[in-house]
Amino acid sequence: MLSEFRLPALGADMEEGTVVQWNVAPGDAVRRGQVVAVVETDKGAIDVEIFEDGVMRELVVQPGTKVPVGTVLARLETAGESASPSPAPGPAGAAETAAGSRARISPAARVRARELGVEVASLTGTGPGGAITIEDVEKAKRPAQPSREPPAAKAGEHDMAQAGGMRAAIATAMSRSKREIPHYYLSLTKDVTGAVDWLAARNASVPVTERLLFTALLIKAVALTCRDVQGFSGFYRDGRYEPGPSVHVGVAVALRGGGLVAPAIMDTADKPLPALMEEFRQLVMRARGGRLRASELAAPSIIVTSLGDADVDAVFPIIQPPQVAIVGSGAVSSRPWVVDGKVEPRQLIVLSLGADHRVTDGRLGAQFLAGIAERLAAPGKL
Amino acid sequence: MKREDLAARVLALVTEIAPDVDPASVIAGVDFRDQFDFDSMDTLNFAIALHRDLGVEVPEADYSRLASLDKCVAYLADRVR
Repeated sequence: MLSEFRLPALGADMEEGTVVQWNVAPGDAVRRGQVVAVVETDKGAIDVEIFEDGVMRELVVQPGTKVPVGTVLARLETAGESASPSPAPGPAGAAETAAGSRARISPAARVRARELGVEVASLTGTGPGGAITIEDVEKAKRPAQPSREPPAAKAGEHDMAQAGGMRAAIATAMSRSKREIPHYYLSLTKDVTGAVDWLAARNASVPVTERLLFTALLIKAVALTCRDVQGFSGFYRDGRYEPGPSVHVGVAVALRGGGLVAPAIMDTADKPLPALMEEFRQLVMRARGGRLRASELAAPSIIVTSLGDADVDAVFPIIQPPQVAIVGSGAVSSRPWVVDGKVEPRQLIVLSLGADHRVTDGRLGAQFLAGIAERLAAPGKL
Repeated sequence: MKREDLAARVLALVTEIAPDVDPASVIAGVDFRDQFDFDSMDTLNFAIALHRDLGVEVPEADYSRLASLDKCVAYLADRVR
């Protein structure tokens, strides 16, 4: 049967996207999960996967075309009649073709153009089939503004213009969150000296490629605790709470040019720590390189945001709708702590929770946060 | 390896990890963290890259000695042939 491949929503704040490139042609066989298109969004260039096995029949939307979420991008022939509809179809609308902007451009060149602030539509491609290459982008940048090579973004000195689209997307999502979600916040200080020592010993005994970051422990602890205490990993839609089908912990990744994204480590609770760490590392690299997958952006059922590198004590985290909870952590640092009636220097972390009062209350939130802390205190079991 | 060559290699690795950093803008005496928000994930990736390209395995306890270009060169000078 003929099936439709629609532009998925990559988060509550996404309304439209521009198809940059097709990786398949009509007649090509595709498999569920295969990246078939690159779509430019406020979150950068995203690899969009197909949701069914089949054979591509028609590419409906041409590269360079900006379309609303839910638009049919392509049609494919699928076997059987149980074809599942593509998830999160939004309001379908007429394709709006930006005149003259049908530029063929590689994703890497697209990223570079964004970095340099070069208007893609103004370029002439010299690559295969007239595609715009990174060189074309850089060439266009040089004569135009020779003295304005972007300096490395210094802390607190982000180029708001470059990150403008993403800033707007974050503003939309966070405004909606503050408007709609009755948050409550809890924090808990935990002595994690045991975990810090365990991590140091472990990292000293394995090759550098297998070292873990403390955040990986936190991510796993959160994922496992989501299974113990219900009401924090899921979505609030149409006036009711739906538990997530699986725990996909999203990790807030700050981008150097400003902005942040929170892609998911899929099925987080099932992954052994080394695999989770490697995936976390790859995810951060791809997030910063502008090569995330659509499924990773749409999937998170809860987010972890760690500002440990920024030397803050605690985070007061804001939920990303339609999720219902977010876990924050500040820096692990040596502080005075009372152990057996005596003050000792210990490694402390402040864990925090922002949660949705429409779904849970403080008492359950406290149980959830305490569960995470307990799991962190026993890293060998993570 | 000469110091200038070592500095160039290190700079190449830093910009590989942080591709949006302009190598010409890196100030040798200032910590990467203060210049371009190098975080613990970047530091880990940097240690992995040093091991891969220069064959130097930097223990976690020595990460603070890799904080800037100058510090990297000083630290690595004795460890790279």
